Amino acid sequence: MKKSDFTILVADDDPDYLFQTVFSLEKEGYKTIAVESQAEAESVIARIKPDLAIFDLMMENDDSGFILCYKIKRKYPDIPVILATAVAHETGISFSLDSENEKSWIRADKYLEKGIRPEQLDQEIMKLLKI
Amino acid sequence: MAVLKVLVVDDEPGIRSGVSRILNNFHVTYPFMDEDYTYEVTEAATGEDGIEIIDRDRPDILLLDNKLPGIQGVEVLEYVRNKKYDIVVAMITSYASLDVAVKAHRYGATDFIPKPFTPQELKSSIENITKQQYLKRITHRMNEEGKKIRYQFLSVLSHELKAPLNAIEGYLKMMQEKQSGDRIEDYATPIERSLQRIQGMRNLIMDLLDFTKIRLERKEEKIEEVHLSNIATGAIVTVRPYAIQMEIAVKLTVKSDAVIMADPTDMEIIFNNLVSNSVKYNRVGGKAEIIIDSSENEVIIFFTDTGIGITENDKENLFNEFVRIKNEKTRNISGSGLGLSIVKKVIELYNGTIAVDSTPDVGTTFTVRLPKKQTSNT
Repeated sequence: MKKSDFTILVADDDPDYLFQTVFSLEKEGYKTIAVESQAEAESVIARIKPDLAIFDLMMENDDSGFILCYKIKRKYPDIPVILATAVAHETGISFSLDSENEKSWIRADKYLEKGIRPEQLDQEIMKLLKI
Repeated sequence: MAVLKVLVVDDEPGIRSGVSRILNNFHVTYPFMDEDYTYEVTEAATGEDGIEIIDRDRPDILLLDNKLPGIQGVEVLEYVRNKKYDIVVAMITSYASLDVAVKAHRYGATDFIPKPFTPQELKSSIENITKQQYLKRITHRMNEEGKKIRYQFLSVLSHELKAPLNAIEGYLKMMQEKQSGDRIEDYATPIERSLQRIQGMRNLIMDLLDFTKIRLERKEEKIEEVHLSNIATGAIVTVRPYAIQMEIAVKLTVKSDAVIMADPTDMEIIFNNLVSNSVKYNRVGGKAEIIIDSSENEVIIFFTDTGIGITENDKENLFNEFVRIKNEKTRNISGSGLGLSIVKKVIELYNGTIAVDSTPDVGTTFTVRLPKKQTSNT
């Protein structure tokens, strides 16, 4: 399968971060669905099954990203999810998906700090989609 | 119900059992305390035993006889201070020499209970000590909470400051790597968005300056007679370019004389923020009105708009720092999330109030009430 066979759902309430992420994904060849809120993301999930999802952590709720991870995994357990956030950088709250304990409640496959380079993001996506 | 641990160190068994008997059935309560205090007494016959129990149990209150068979009471006290234990110490003494009293005082003994003592004397000492302990705990807790709030504020602030930098950096990288093409025209959106984010950041910094200003102590000499209609006119002029763009008519109605003793800068903060909100969160072609009215003792100002309104849910956090109502209707409106929290703080400095009344898609009215004269403590 090639990149253009995959649709990626991206949710972020910073319109510029969303624009830039979608821009770089489309440049790589992926199809994208861009939404600016948890509510919009939920309505997309209800109608469409994307091949991968990238969620911002804090949108209209502080834990929007966690909620979306939970909801999408319940509906489509096989879809890889990336949680992208700047939270650790700025608040000092750090969490990762390395320990079993964290894996048990953060239902994401990959946790990425915001500000990673587009090539890095693409690397991670290819790994998760097994391209 | 809170329990304070009491350790009594005395070589006379009668004193030890007396203290235990009196305190085990005693409780202290004050109207300002959120719970009753009771006591759990442990006994030691020597200073050495006392130190062992102190290390192990960390009592809250220590009743200490000075004349002990081994080490003296003052030495136990010294030990407690050196270890920096948070224990209130009262000396029980029959013939306190000035020397011992001075030494005990220097090591932080808070009270002296003369021997022999009546149950009532012991109880009133313990009551005092309890009050002190309680206040110390409350102060400590309040300091901790203050720290936590400051920490939260700073972490959200750093998020708000970094987000625009990240956005601009991302756009500049797109341009540097010529990701959208070779011509400058290919980057119209990134350039426009970068400029908008810079403007947003500038607004945030201006708001932050206001925010720090109101946290400083008020200076009396800045208080003068302020004509609120002048301040309102100034705010309307400031917002005019934006109002023209949105085709919004901003009207000022002065129903009665409105002069207030205040720092004019503070009044500008209130008016500029509320007038600019009534335009920003309006619909194209809408209306905004400022009505100034006054009674004998207070000035009442209404800021009314025909805008998108605020839902009941959103009203709850409206005046908190960095709260921005995020929905489809507000996505293109920029703001620092500090405006209303600043307005509220300023109004409270003047012992005034602000209230909000709103219907989604119909409009919002903010009602500000300010006393005309300030009481001396402001």
